[in-house]
Amino acid sequence: MVFVKRIVLDVLKPHSPSALEFAQAIAAIGADYHVHLTVIEMDENTETLQIEVKGGAIDFERVQNAISDMGGSLHSIDEVETQGAKDK
Amino acid sequence: MNILQHIGFLLRITGSHGIMRRYFVVNGFDGALTMLGLMLGFLLSAPTELSVVISACLGAAIALGVSGVSSAYISEGAERRRALTRLEEAMITDLQESAHGKATRWVPMLIALVNGLAPFLISMLILLPLWLAKAGLILPIAPLYAAIGMALILIFLLGVFLGQIERVSWVVSGIKTLLVALVTVVLIVLFASA
Repeated sequence: MVFVKRIVLDVLKPHSPSALEFAQAIAAIGADYHVHLTVIEMDENTETLQIEVKGGAIDFERVQNAISDMGGSLHSIDEVETQGAKDK
Repeated sequence: MNILQHIGFLLRITGSHGIMRRYFVVNGFDGALTMLGLMLGFLLSAPTELSVVISACLGAAIALGVSGVSSAYISEGAERRRALTRLEEAMITDLQESAHGKATRWVPMLIALVNGLAPFLISMLILLPLWLAKAGLILPIAPLYAAIGMALILIFLLGVFLGQIERVSWVVSGIKTLLVALVTVVLIVLFASA
């Protein structure tokens, strides 16, 4: 069994919803999710974000769905931290 | 997220709160002034049966409601689709399944409902004294005068609502809209008696 403990994503999103709502929507996926969002670049219609998600066992698919539900587009996974655990 | 929070979210991401408020006031004002005009017209013409007055006003209210729904749906739908296309071009991705895509489908319907219901419901409130009189209730004043009074009160309240949005004195804002109604009354009386 392998748990994803930390991921850093490069995301493009429209100005609305705000960065705050965006981070909240991702954090709401898991009880122990810690989200750190940085706006890297901003143009007329879009914002480029770096989103760092930390958690005990990050469900990447749900994070990806939350991003696309909010109108965001995942460009790349820039960093990943995983941890293996013995199956019981 | 419950349904109301979701609606609030869709309105927020499309910046439609202001549009909705504007439509509510503009079309609500249309409804109130139309009813006021009709009541004055009946008051200044030969005495007419209450049922005729109610039917004429109800017809106008329904037409205002349908016109409000259809015109807002068509125009807002086009605006939202255009905005979504521009956003999709900027994002270089399909947003149909995202909140923006859902907003493009739902927000025009919500705005259309507000745009249609505002004049219809305000007209119904203005017609209330006529219905009560027709149902046999004795009003302290004649039903047409009561309906005109109701129209003036609702127009004043629309002004108060505008004042709250603008964060200016609600009394001044209410009086401003009331003045518009009074100018309408004067114009109708002048033209009807000419």
